[in-house]
Amino acid sequence: MGWLRRFATALPLVSVLTLLGCASEGSGVQSQKMATIKARGSLICGTDGKLPGFGSLGPDGRYVGLDVDTCRAVAAAVLGDGEKVEFRDLNPSERFAALSSGEVDLLARNTTMTLSRDAAGGNGLSFAPTTFYDGQGVMVPAASGLADLKALAGKPVCVPSGTTSELNLADRMREQGIVYTPLKFQTLDQMYTAYLSGRCAAVSTDRSQLAAQRSTFPQPKAHTVLPVVMSKEPLTPATINADPAWADAVRWTLFALMQAEEMGITQANVAAKVAEAKANPNQADLRRFLGVEGDFGRQLGLPADFVVRAIGAVGNYGEMFERNLGQMSKLKLERGVNRLWTQGGLIYSPPFR
Amino acid sequence: MPWLIQAAVGLVVLVLVAFLLGNLVRNLTQAGLLLTWSWLGNPAGFEMAETAIPFDAAMPYWRALLAGLANTLKVVLAGLVGATVLGTLVGTASFSSNGLLRRLARVYVELIRNIPLLLQLVFWYFVVFLALPNGAAALQLPGVVLAKAGLYLSWFDPAWQWQGPQLINGVWTAPLRITVEFAALLTGLVIYTGAFIAEVVRGGVASVPKGQWEAANSLGFSPLQTLTRIVLPQALRVIVPGLNSQYISLAKSSSLAVACGYTDLYSVAETTLNQTGRAVEVVVILLGSYLVIDLVISGLMNGLNSLVQLRER
Repeated sequence: MGWLRRFATALPLVSVLTLLGCASEGSGVQSQKMATIKARGSLICGTDGKLPGFGSLGPDGRYVGLDVDTCRAVAAAVLGDGEKVEFRDLNPSERFAALSSGEVDLLARNTTMTLSRDAAGGNGLSFAPTTFYDGQGVMVPAASGLADLKALAGKPVCVPSGTTSELNLADRMREQGIVYTPLKFQTLDQMYTAYLSGRCAAVSTDRSQLAAQRSTFPQPKAHTVLPVVMSKEPLTPATINADPAWADAVRWTLFALMQAEEMGITQANVAAKVAEAKANPNQADLRRFLGVEGDFGRQLGLPADFVVRAIGAVGNYGEMFERNLGQMSKLKLERGVNRLWTQGGLIYSPPFR
Repeated sequence: MPWLIQAAVGLVVLVLVAFLLGNLVRNLTQAGLLLTWSWLGNPAGFEMAETAIPFDAAMPYWRALLAGLANTLKVVLAGLVGATVLGTLVGTASFSSNGLLRRLARVYVELIRNIPLLLQLVFWYFVVFLALPNGAAALQLPGVVLAKAGLYLSWFDPAWQWQGPQLINGVWTAPLRITVEFAALLTGLVIYTGAFIAEVVRGGVASVPKGQWEAANSLGFSPLQTLTRIVLPQALRVIVPGLNSQYISLAKSSSLAVACGYTDLYSVAETTLNQTGRAVEVVVILLGSYLVIDLVISGLMNGLNSLVQLRER
């Protein structure tokens, strides 16, 4: 089998050389993923599919949510149409395998960015900007009178199996020397059914998710999300490490939505802003951002007006938030740390230069 | 030259396997997924609700997987015993002279074996066991208390005194406690597999010629004696191979434990897969474990089979 081994070892070398050859040409971008998506005519996006606010089916059978809008924005930037998305419902166990096997092009499924998921020696993902800064919380029945983690000693706690929630809870409880019983469930439906039937004294996962799920309970007011925040959960869309050009295109499409909010560009006024930019050569920032001048789009391998298309499809980041999670939604979450940096939040886009 | 053809075919198969393996390794390497096992020594960092062997979050992944395997074996062994007893009772009941008993056995078999096991597990866990009340309102039977927090059984306490369940400050305590997750999974597996085993037993008993019953009867054997001394020993020859398949199927079905929150090998493997991202390795471990469990069951049953077969001289 000597020739086979030689062939096998030579293959990565050849592909690296090919990649290097492409990169040194310098004419635009060579993203295999983007070429595949364009040839297919649609973006395949991995979402939760059952989580209100992030990705779920609306009453009209259309997917809605913050993660869903992320997918639509990217589809609009690449293909010019925010509707050219195929959604795949993924559970926590499937999501990384689905991404690394190429089953989905983009994973926007309220996934926490962590070192081991990012590292090439771990899951080998490439993370886009964080679209929602979350933290893990605990929800208890209001009538139970449980107020903090210490009160959960010796009690069963429902957690989704195989998520960072499971590890965080174990870590926090170990730190404080609290012995508890974790009951793990593969699907959120099962977990919340067990919680509502009273099998668990508490349920623990991301605070936004708790609030989202509580909104679907028969009596939302009968349950309290405790003030304790036991972890940082930056929920972040991800692509594979192997295609940096595709990762860049996704990254800057999402930054564009944040930058648009900062510049006051909305879904409603984006056309007027383009006209304004075209008419006024002195507005260099706006002209570059909207692709009226410069070649940002070409550098990313995207159309020149990718920002306009993305905003046209889903609006700016603030609009996405309010529509899916904020005051215009059932969840009524506060913006909190998910405000723009100019308002004291963490949403910050690097300059479009 | 048959050996030459054999050798040629063998060589072709070998080359094909080598090519496929090489292809797998190459593709895995390219995807950055080449098999590594060092992560098995890293601390697992997650807890388990119940374990048959001691485990805590500071222990490495291999211990977690081992604890999961122990949990699986626990439910499989209990399930095998329960399903065999239930199956044998129901299977022989379908030959009862009591018409009601006979019909009940038929209804049970037809009802249970025609509903998917997953649905039955969801039913037992969410509809039956999670509907149990807690505290003083719990279902109290002699020596057993059924509550949402678990099933509490009488057993010897550390001082070897027989001890029943006691209600202390609204919380039940007993020498033996079974979680509702385990109970739901075990109930589901026993009742489901029991229906199939009942059919195997019925088939075995029916295979014994009617003349054997009549001969035993005419010699003055009671119906029970006829069954245990004459019919069942002969029926075993037909029953054991059929039982083998049912036992193997029960062991495999135990991986449906995720449906009712029981931490079995599959559940631990899933968590491990998510924390480490080592999908291929974890799946290899899973496949290997279930294969070994089933091969052991199969081997033991084949041994039993050769014991009960008629020895011709």
